[in-house]
Amino acid sequence: MDTISILEPLLKILFIIFVALLPAVAYGVLAERKISAFIQNRLGPNRVGPWGLLQPLADIPKLFFKEDIVPAAANKFIHSLAPLISITIAFSTFAVIPFGDTITFSIGDSSYTTKLQIADVNIGFLYILALSSLAVYGITLSGWSSNNKYSLLGGLRSTAQMISYELSMGLSLIGVVMLSSSLQLDDIVAAQGGYWLGFIPKWNAIPQFLGFVIFVVAMFAETNRLPFDLPEAEPELVAGYHTEYTGMKFGIFMLSEYIAMITASALIATLYLGGWQAPYLEHLGLSPFLMSVAQMAAFVVKVFAIVIFFMVVRWTVPRFRYDQLMSIGWKVLLPLALVNILLTGLFVILYH
Amino acid sequence: MASYIPIFLMIGIGLFLGIVFLTLHKILGPSRPNPEKLSTYESGVPPVHNARDRFSIKYYMVAVLFILFDIEVVFLYPWAVNFRALGLFGYIEMLLFIVILFVGYFYIWKKGALQWD
Repeated sequence: MDTISILEPLLKILFIIFVALLPAVAYGVLAERKISAFIQNRLGPNRVGPWGLLQPLADIPKLFFKEDIVPAAANKFIHSLAPLISITIAFSTFAVIPFGDTITFSIGDSSYTTKLQIADVNIGFLYILALSSLAVYGITLSGWSSNNKYSLLGGLRSTAQMISYELSMGLSLIGVVMLSSSLQLDDIVAAQGGYWLGFIPKWNAIPQFLGFVIFVVAMFAETNRLPFDLPEAEPELVAGYHTEYTGMKFGIFMLSEYIAMITASALIATLYLGGWQAPYLEHLGLSPFLMSVAQMAAFVVKVFAIVIFFMVVRWTVPRFRYDQLMSIGWKVLLPLALVNILLTGLFVILYH
Repeated sequence: MASYIPIFLMIGIGLFLGIVFLTLHKILGPSRPNPEKLSTYESGVPPVHNARDRFSIKYYMVAVLFILFDIEVVFLYPWAVNFRALGLFGYIEMLLFIVILFVGYFYIWKKGALQWD
């Protein structure tokens, strides 16, 4: 074990967490408030800094200075453990997502080439499925340990909802695996380069359109976003599983939810929308280093477009009833995902 | 195994950040507890019983069905990776498997296990 094999991923992790994820969450919250204000014909936050741009800097310290209230009836250890589980799982999922091709730094005549992905494991797909199953624990444990009826109901609902939609999510991904014959995420992105008929980008969303729609719907449910935010439906359950959390403990759940949304968007972009592949970029004749940067920028643009889509959906679509939610998951998406596998198989066999 | 080291690093850093956040919150925030503040929140009225109670059996049903179907999903992954190599033979094999899965699926549907009202 040499130093470089530790230092290199460490630098990438710190870059992802402190340069990408945390600022993206801070400004994602502000963007969501601004978008909701725009949709509801309000102004939104506009007091702290120009157009409210410094609002996150005021909000985050505020959460640290609030009292940490642990209810007397709660299970104190699990009550503190649940947010830790949530945040750990939320960060870890990002480890296998490729956010660019290889990049080469050259200083003088020495150069160093590295892959723009934290961990290039050959079972990236299974890792993501495993972590999305573990994400249920943070919410369930927080709901149960609070010893509050609203929290318990929120936690239970969330568990049932997340495991139901995980089936459709796993099944819709099988179509992608069949097309690319690999469980490695950078292979899947690499297979999405090139064009059909010379001008249509070879993105998986086109041959896998059904799978793409199922996956996006399942991702809305997995991240507990509206129209599937039954676990924290405020007219019925106060705040659902995090009713009894205050200050930064609540902030950690909020942070995890937004990171989960960004990760979900990154997954949608990676698996179905070509990842860091940007169509027609090769005609610009950029140097290899600038090309890598441009591909990273393309990935960021795709992710943010999907995040904005998540936010617009939240403020324009009403919430489902719980029986509707379960019947969409089990009676519509699950059979559709199985049909998608059979159709993809037929397509692959006839095409080759 | 070496390719998994970054994953463990990422998990470690995630956990460490969580602990730092909670510790900072504990240090910076005030602590002035009183019995009313520490009581369970039930929309402002005094709480009745606690939440360690029985809940609907449907949640258990969903969990059991999830385990059954998730095993099928995991079983489909190795097949999907080797699908091009297996060709038509693999397709027909999986067609039979999915038909059998559908029979079980319609059985639980007709039994009302997917019904929430």
